[in-house]
Amino acid sequence: MAKLYSKRKLVPKEMLPKKETLRLILQYSRALNIVKVGNLSFDIIAN
Amino acid sequence: MAKTQLPDAILVNNYIAGDENSLAVLVERHQSKIYGYIYSKVSDRDLTEDIFQETFFKVIHTLKSKKFYNEEGKFLSWVLRISNNLIVDKFRNDKKMYMKRDTEEFSIFSAITDNSPNIEKELIKKQVDIDLKNIIQRLPQDQKEVLMMRYYSDMSFKEIADITGVSVNTTLGRMRYAITNLRKVIEKNQIYLPS
Repeated sequence: MAKLYSKRKLVPKEMLPKKETLRLILQYSRALNIVKVGNLSFDIIAN
Repeated sequence: MAKTQLPDAILVNNYIAGDENSLAVLVERHQSKIYGYIYSKVSDRDLTEDIFQETFFKVIHTLKSKKFYNEEGKFLSWVLRISNNLIVDKFRNDKKMYMKRDTEEFSIFSAITDNSPNIEKELIKKQVDIDLKNIIQRLPQDQKEVLMMRYYSDMSFKEIADITGVSVNTTLGRMRYAITNLRKVIEKNQIYLPS
């Protein structure tokens, strides 16, 4: 039986998230602002 | 120094300080491993997209809240733990746990075996795929998990140890037992797996 060890990557190159997903993540990061008031935190999503 | 060369810890600190581009670098650097890991667990592209997105939403929220980021820890391991927890939550909600191996989209074993268009080889390859799939299913869960993360998600033993919460030595041991058990099953069932 052939060795199970392989130096080749077993994950195809196309196993990446969609560009829309990435864009959404980065947009969310830019839009999110967390404000702390005392012991409370408020999430503010800018439009 | 170009941002693409900065270590993860510095990028994270820059991001916490307000540099949004640092997040983009981190995402681009680790997206393949994280996405591959999630897909190896759920075997569904749409669900993988959702969990990938939700994982980074949590990462962003945690960092922006400055709640937690352990400087000594690895960013990738931390993110993979978050994704793993989301996957577990998802399956818990669905009340089922499954791991599909081969799908119409992707077969891990197509990368191991020869991709020659020869029909005979193709038929043999298909049978090998089926046999290997059945054999791996018989492994104990912890050994199966290490095997899949190593070869499906191309993760290092250190990363696997961080995610599963055991030592590297334990992870190596599980891999060794997985290989040994695979050989035993093959011999016991007199399965022929041509190289």
